[in-house]
Amino acid sequence: MTAPLFQTRGIGRMFGDGTKALDRVTMTLEEGSVTSLLGPSGCGKSTMLRIIAGLDIPTAGNMAWPGGAPKTGETGFVFQDATLLPWASVWDNIYLPFRINGTSRDEARDDVDAALHLVELDGFADHYPRQLSGGMRMRVAVARALATKPRLLLMDEPFAALDEMTRYRLNDDLLRIQQDIGCTVLFVTHSVYEAVYLSRHVCVMTKRPGHVIADIPVDLPWPRDPSMRTSVEFAEGCRIVSDALTGKVPA
Amino acid sequence: MKRPNADWLPPVLIGAGIVVLWEILTRLFAIPPYVLPGPLLIARTFWTDAPLLLGSLMITLEITVVALALAALGGALLAFVMSWTRWLERSLLPYAIIAQVTPVVAIAPLIIIWVDDAFAALVVCAWIVAFFPVLANTMAGLKSADPNLRNLFRLYGAKRWQTQAWLEAPSALPYFLTGLRISGGLALIGAVVAEFVAGTGGAASGLAYRILEAGYRLQIPRLFAALLLLSLAGIAIYALLGWLSHRAMERWGDGRPSL
Repeated sequence: MTAPLFQTRGIGRMFGDGTKALDRVTMTLEEGSVTSLLGPSGCGKSTMLRIIAGLDIPTAGNMAWPGGAPKTGETGFVFQDATLLPWASVWDNIYLPFRINGTSRDEARDDVDAALHLVELDGFADHYPRQLSGGMRMRVAVARALATKPRLLLMDEPFAALDEMTRYRLNDDLLRIQQDIGCTVLFVTHSVYEAVYLSRHVCVMTKRPGHVIADIPVDLPWPRDPSMRTSVEFAEGCRIVSDALTGKVPA
Repeated sequence: MKRPNADWLPPVLIGAGIVVLWEILTRLFAIPPYVLPGPLLIARTFWTDAPLLLGSLMITLEITVVALALAALGGALLAFVMSWTRWLERSLLPYAIIAQVTPVVAIAPLIIIWVDDAFAALVVCAWIVAFFPVLANTMAGLKSADPNLRNLFRLYGAKRWQTQAWLEAPSALPYFLTGLRISGGLALIGAVVAEFVAGTGGAASGLAYRILEAGYRLQIPRLFAALLLLSLAGIAIYALLGWLSHRAMERWGDGRPSL
């Protein structure tokens, strides 16, 4: 439970125009846990996520994967938008990662159907993205990310564009799914409440250049339960994280 | 079925009003038919000359359709080739632009001299006019793919051809269809212009040739009838391509050109 999936040491990212997006980011991700990366807009959270996914290359520092770096298909990514192929059915969208690595439809069928079931969209395989609500589209994106059974799931403010009720529901679904399949989740958000509710650890980032200033363990029982959202402990957790975010020393 | 009626009615009423007014004015002022024939006379000429005019229309349409098909194929293919490397795009695009900006009237005589077959020469002229919108739109479409979807393809280790076939090409389809609609009208214009230039040296049978001929012989009602047929053909091509792209875009949802 406490073995690190990866550790970053002094990750920096300088863009071509001299902008320093990230500066000496050091963080550890526990295997099988949910960690949030919390910070204001433009603090380099997304850049960090892209670096971890291998979509961007750091200009300084290094990353260590004690159990080996994830291979293709072992990293799932969920973007802020559902990012589905609008011309493809729900089923075909989830099948995409399999299609790319050359798996036939028949071979992938069980995995795709299982992923659909996981996000409770069983009856929607033949629907097109435009026929779904924003929340359902997001579920499809989550199903696509999970279908290949990734070791690491990276989520870049996935629920930020949704209404609060839908977001709560998807938060609970995410926790349930994570418990079911036991993958490691790194969740980027700018919502203190979402970060505290979802995570075992909250990494707080500051702006310009992006830097992790605190790694705060969340002292709430597992599994999380919707009734916790109104509990005193939850409020206390949010206070500690908020203080760290605004520069006060964490309690 | 209320909305379509409301959309169609005003232009139809205006058109009918103008035609009636036109007929009344030609009669009232006794305008000779070689200056301005009335709509009834044009309709009668249309009827009596129908075999001749429709035959010519078929020839012009044939040129148009062949040129448009080649424009769709060539434009899309060229856009794909250019999207492989920036080097190809940089070296090929200037020539595509030169072909586009040079007025076809100016190069048509050369083409007619160089290409022995009259039909082929006219097709080449129409193609030069028609291929650029397909090319330019498809190029823009290939680049329009959602950057995050590109990231996703990269994350899953997609090869270049997979990204091109499963992401870029479908993303480009709405743009390609928009280009095709523009090219449809241009192909007809190109065909007519080429026929004009070719004159009696050409196939000597297309609609443009009928217009020239009618003009020389002061058969103004026939000229009008041919003109009418030409614009009807243009409208039909545009409507057909519109319907075609609508059908193709049904899966995209609301027919927005992006996403």
